[in-house]
Amino acid sequence: MTIATRLLTIPALALAALSGSATAQLTGAGATFPYPIYFKWFNDYAAKTNVRINYQSIGSGGGVRQISEQTVDFGATDGPMSDAELAKAKGGPIMHFPTVLGADVIIYNVPGITRSLRLTGPAIADIFLGKITKWNDTRIATLNPGVNLPNSDILVVHRSDGSGTTYVFTDYLAAVSPEWEKNVGRAKEVRWPVGLGAKGNEGVAGQVKQTPGSIGYTELAYARQNSLAYAHVQNAAGTFVEPTIASITAAAAGAKLPPTTDYRVSIVNAVGKDAYPISSFTWLLVYRNQADASKGKALKDFLKWAYSEGETSAAALDYAPLPGDMTKRLIARLDSIKTP
Amino acid sequence: MITEGSAASVPAAASPDRTDGRSLAERIVGSSAGDRVYVAVITGFAICVPLLLVLIFWEVAVAGWPAFREFGFGFLTSSNWDPVQHQFGAAPAIFGTIVTSLIALVIATPLALGVAVFLSDYAPAWLRQPVGFLVDLLAAIPSVVYGLWGIFVLIPVMRSSVMPFLRDTLHLGATPFFRGPAYGPSMLAAGVILAVMVLPYISAVSREVLLAVPRSQREAALALGATRWEMIQKAVLPFARSGIVGGVILGLGRALGETMAVTMLIGNRHDISASLFAPGYTMASLIANEFSEASDDLHLSALMAVGLTLLVLTLVVNGIARWLVWRVARRAGGLP
Repeated sequence: MTIATRLLTIPALALAALSGSATAQLTGAGATFPYPIYFKWFNDYAAKTNVRINYQSIGSGGGVRQISEQTVDFGATDGPMSDAELAKAKGGPIMHFPTVLGADVIIYNVPGITRSLRLTGPAIADIFLGKITKWNDTRIATLNPGVNLPNSDILVVHRSDGSGTTYVFTDYLAAVSPEWEKNVGRAKEVRWPVGLGAKGNEGVAGQVKQTPGSIGYTELAYARQNSLAYAHVQNAAGTFVEPTIASITAAAAGAKLPPTTDYRVSIVNAVGKDAYPISSFTWLLVYRNQADASKGKALKDFLKWAYSEGETSAAALDYAPLPGDMTKRLIARLDSIKTP
Repeated sequence: MITEGSAASVPAAASPDRTDGRSLAERIVGSSAGDRVYVAVITGFAICVPLLLVLIFWEVAVAGWPAFREFGFGFLTSSNWDPVQHQFGAAPAIFGTIVTSLIALVIATPLALGVAVFLSDYAPAWLRQPVGFLVDLLAAIPSVVYGLWGIFVLIPVMRSSVMPFLRDTLHLGATPFFRGPAYGPSMLAAGVILAVMVLPYISAVSREVLLAVPRSQREAALALGATRWEMIQKAVLPFARSGIVGGVILGLGRALGETMAVTMLIGNRHDISASLFAPGYTMASLIANEFSEASDDLHLSALMAVGLTLLVLTLVVNGIARWLVWRVARRAGGLP
């Protein structure tokens, strides 16, 4: 290559870079739980439209911090932002847009038991409070007639790292047990009354797999992909429901949201005969007042695409899609994002 | 007996160069502009590193200050870590950090010393290189791999064999230190994995120090009729003592700060328990566990304060170590 051609290629490269920057580029950060589906969405969308979205799965807390500090174009979280957090955020009002649904499942290792155990919310709460300490406790035995439960200690295993999975689980326990709500509360990280802390879904699952007599919780996608046995949980209507994509979507459908909702709602212990009770939204966090016209439009277009086409690929990755009428309402809600 | 006299001999060696009242270094510095630039550059580099430490210390202290202001001394003595109620006390993490590190040293130091003595004085030449290399290789294993190995190999063995053996067969269950159910994840398991992780550091340093002991030292002992063991015990080990202590301290520093493998094995529970079978917490794993999801200001500040405590603890341990090395070296110098 001669010097002349080299000099010629430099402006050509610069032009290419310029034309590249003409397509919008968005930056987001936050929750790790929906990362696989977001990754697929961003890839599919980039292939279709040239809009590139760079997402860092640094955790929900990081997502909330970063959008509050205006260092990203959008955030993502597994637990809704609190009123105090919203009030403190720089960059004006932040809107919550639910994207997909996830659920926690109760996994256990009871020697000799192969069929799915049935559990109620209060029983799970009392196990995690340390009030039910034996597997053959009458409160478990009466729920599972014909199952030969051993007279062994229950070892509780919970997450040690702050996590949206823990938020959903403690949110559920607080909803079904006043004692849990009063003494422990709902958060991504709580003061556990009993048990061992293990890091990540894989840590909890590994510990439960190895320790006879243990019980823990993981997100559904993780349990399904690793073929773990999980409990059927009694919902608000009194039926014992197996966690499936359909029963999780049913939990969202059962939530009767008012027209003015900001979607910062919990759907644990949802009404509806088929609803799995330990279900939750995961949200994207978006500024109501977009500072940049092209980025704002790109973000709205992306969300519209996600609600219309993206949702269809959710189930393949073990995420439950939003109910159809909710996506319609959410697409209409996109108009309230203001671009300059 | 010849001892480490290097510090004392430096001025003596330097004095012949002081012909015109300037040291050798000073005269060289004055010789050319290039040298002056060189000195300026390396001085800058040398200052950068301590400056970095000061900056880290400053930043962590500023970020952690709100937690110290809120909880005062109670931050270090309370066991209540409750992010929901905004109550933060780091005592279990401080306790767990120290206990697991001590377990690691108690197990690793004799093993590492054994390896070092074997390699320096007993191993046949053909065995020395491969064994030394393999022991050093332990330091190259990523800590998450240690953690996985711990979960899938060490913990099942601890739960089914080691813990029942200690508690029931040896009747150590009668003491408060080996009581309670053996679930596996525990301060003991974390200490054992730490021992494996710090062993290569201690053994590598000790081996080099033992090999540096002059041949004349060994020959003199043998000439006086000492057996091989007496030679090592009376002539070689005392000579190498300060270096060995340095190696142990290096290992301790590694143990205090180790995060991933410990998090995976310690059970992550905010409790102070005398029993090593009980789960615990360490400061490094507390930060690693909670930092990414902490959005509340006080929670973040509390984690920074834990970081500051860990930093101070490490500095104090290093200070004590330096003092120990200095004392040991001085006492060794006083030997006949």
